[in-house]
Amino acid sequence: MSAIEHLPTAGTPAAPEDHGLLRFLTCGSVDDGKSTLIGRLLYDSRTILADTLHAIERTSQKRGLSAVDLSLLTDGLQAEREQGITIDVAYRYFSTGTRKYIIADAPGHEQYTRNMVTAASTADLAIILIDARRGVLTQTRRHSYLAKLMNIPRLVVAVNKMDLVDHAQARFDEIRADYEAFASQLDIEVRFIPISALNGDMIVDRGDNLGWYEGPTLLELLEAAPAAGALRRDRENAALRFPVQYVCRPQDSANPELHDFRGFMGRIEAGRVAVGDRVVVLPSERETRVREIRLHESGPAGDGKLPFAVTGQSVTLLLEDDIDVSRGDSIVGSEQLPTVTRRIEAMLCWLSESPLDPRRKYLIRHTTRESKALLDGIDYRVDINSLEHQPAEQLAMNDIARVAFRLAQPLAVDAYADERATGAFIVIDEASNNTVGAGMIV
Amino acid sequence: MNSPVSPTAAAGSELSHLDWLEAEAIHIMREVAGQCSRPALLFSGGKDSICLLRLAEKAFRPGRFPFPLLHIDTGHNYPEVIDFRDRRAAEIGERLIVRSVEDSMARGTVVLRTPGESRNKHQSVTLLEAIEEHGFDACIGGARRDEEKARAKERIFSFRDEFGQWDPKNQRPELWNLYNARITRGENMRVFPISNWTELDVWQYIEREGLELPSIYFAHRRPVVRRNGLLAPVTPVTPVQPGDVVEDLQVRFRTVGDITCTAPVESAAVSIAEIIEETAITTVSERGATRLDDQTSEASMEQRKKEGYF
Repeated sequence: MSAIEHLPTAGTPAAPEDHGLLRFLTCGSVDDGKSTLIGRLLYDSRTILADTLHAIERTSQKRGLSAVDLSLLTDGLQAEREQGITIDVAYRYFSTGTRKYIIADAPGHEQYTRNMVTAASTADLAIILIDARRGVLTQTRRHSYLAKLMNIPRLVVAVNKMDLVDHAQARFDEIRADYEAFASQLDIEVRFIPISALNGDMIVDRGDNLGWYEGPTLLELLEAAPAAGALRRDRENAALRFPVQYVCRPQDSANPELHDFRGFMGRIEAGRVAVGDRVVVLPSERETRVREIRLHESGPAGDGKLPFAVTGQSVTLLLEDDIDVSRGDSIVGSEQLPTVTRRIEAMLCWLSESPLDPRRKYLIRHTTRESKALLDGIDYRVDINSLEHQPAEQLAMNDIARVAFRLAQPLAVDAYADERATGAFIVIDEASNNTVGAGMIV
Repeated sequence: MNSPVSPTAAAGSELSHLDWLEAEAIHIMREVAGQCSRPALLFSGGKDSICLLRLAEKAFRPGRFPFPLLHIDTGHNYPEVIDFRDRRAAEIGERLIVRSVEDSMARGTVVLRTPGESRNKHQSVTLLEAIEEHGFDACIGGARRDEEKARAKERIFSFRDEFGQWDPKNQRPELWNLYNARITRGENMRVFPISNWTELDVWQYIEREGLELPSIYFAHRRPVVRRNGLLAPVTPVTPVQPGDVVEDLQVRFRTVGDITCTAPVESAAVSIAEIIEETAITTVSERGATRLDDQTSEASMEQRKKEGYF
């Protein structure tokens, strides 16, 4: 019974030319031209500043290259150069003036699964790179499987190095057919685009070499994709999910208005909330209504009071009834409740060099709640190259498996395929305090 | 100083990029409050930490901040910035703790190789001493990933051992918005709520929120000398060297910090709008234009971070 349709706007609308923010991930190895593609996006969107460009010009000359090597723009840390490997996910930024982009640049090599899972967890879109000469490879299948597993809303398959196959449409069509045959098993929808990152064809500019391709350029695809936090069409009716991070009780004796102030602070992870909406507090299952929505000095009157708030916003909720709510509890819409459970089944990616020990207790962090957890069985491990299921007794780094955990505390969960924020959890090793696993509830 | 109406894109179903960045930063600060027992927020009076202060207001008002403000003062800061720091802290009514590199020098924990050496990198020592003195388990800072390539790979919740060291090869995986701030005694978290902001985002946010800044961020006349293609300010701690040609130029600071290592740029920009216009069309990166210390070696930031620097 949300009254959103009838409410006035909450504030001055965003400038019409502001299309928000998009986070995307590039999947591929150095050989596929991933670094060159990122360099090209940064360069053609004029993000690269003169001093940075001069630095890579000097390096290119030092290495005896005739042209500026754009892949040097993503050259990493001293520690990485010494070892000749890329260690970690790097985040890079560019803006087109209408939209801001965050690129998660995940390296290849043996730690790839762990890195890609990390980078994919916050991505709104993934670009899967295929070398036009080599076509669909095992790694293409692996990247696609992981993109699906991590529930990245949109996939773009970019067939790169078209300049090395004479810009031939027939080769592009062949790769596309190969990919579609395999992708139908995964039930994913993708967009295909032929590019040459080296020459810049179909990245930001169309170029002169791929005239037969009539679809959008890569940047046009990125500009048109739904922004971070935007409600997907199929999620427009998503129920409210508001995990409580912090309780604000100012008890300011100088201001009588604040004597009884109890604000529940958090971020709207799914759905919307409007003043007057019926909500349920979990796990206590107490029902009440939203009395106020606050964001300091925001809102139509500038007094910090909002008529409603949407997915992605960090706000403070005040409730009609005096209900005990603490960090770790969730305030949710009164319809489509999440499942409150002490046992979860999940796909688990193991991130740590020390293997999962089935006898040990771990800590699970789900939204703002923590619970001790005990492994309740490994159903199977996925061979991410063949996608076959295999029996497993323990899990090593980069393994992905279907598992179950028993929990000391109840968690209010959704399936990860329905709601990333309330279907995701991390596993923490209490001995090292390290984050050792990433889970997606099924 | 606060704009009466802060524009919010709640009207539509899409957040503007500033709304999204703001919401993310608020979420990060509340996670610090929820997970850490003795945090502090690093506030220098510079533009990035001015944004942090605004974000902390958005995160915790009408309550008080669940942390004090902390500044590590090299003793070589511009007086306009120090005055602003003290006034702003008083205005918002939060506790400001200042710890000085000069005190560390008096204690003998900081030893300069030459009397004229920049104190900038020695801030790490004083910071670690302040962390130990107050038992801080998390320090919120205004570093951004777009500033420098070592920062591009750093986590939002960045784990430091008891020597304050950052180990790029041994960082905790950071997935979704599930941050892991667990540490054992003596260890420390550095938390960067505006990791995903660029210099332009910072200026746009300052404009949108109507935030006040120290005057030296705007164009003013100042005696400078040219060194290695940068402008070096002439001040009591950076006096004229033999052979220097002093020029009186109209300049502004893109970044403020220790006088010995922060250079102004030539500019006529007297308003935030004009600064945004210049930032959008500039051809030189923030650190490239303004840092007299980062150019010494390609990996100097990475090296400093391993030694406990922010």
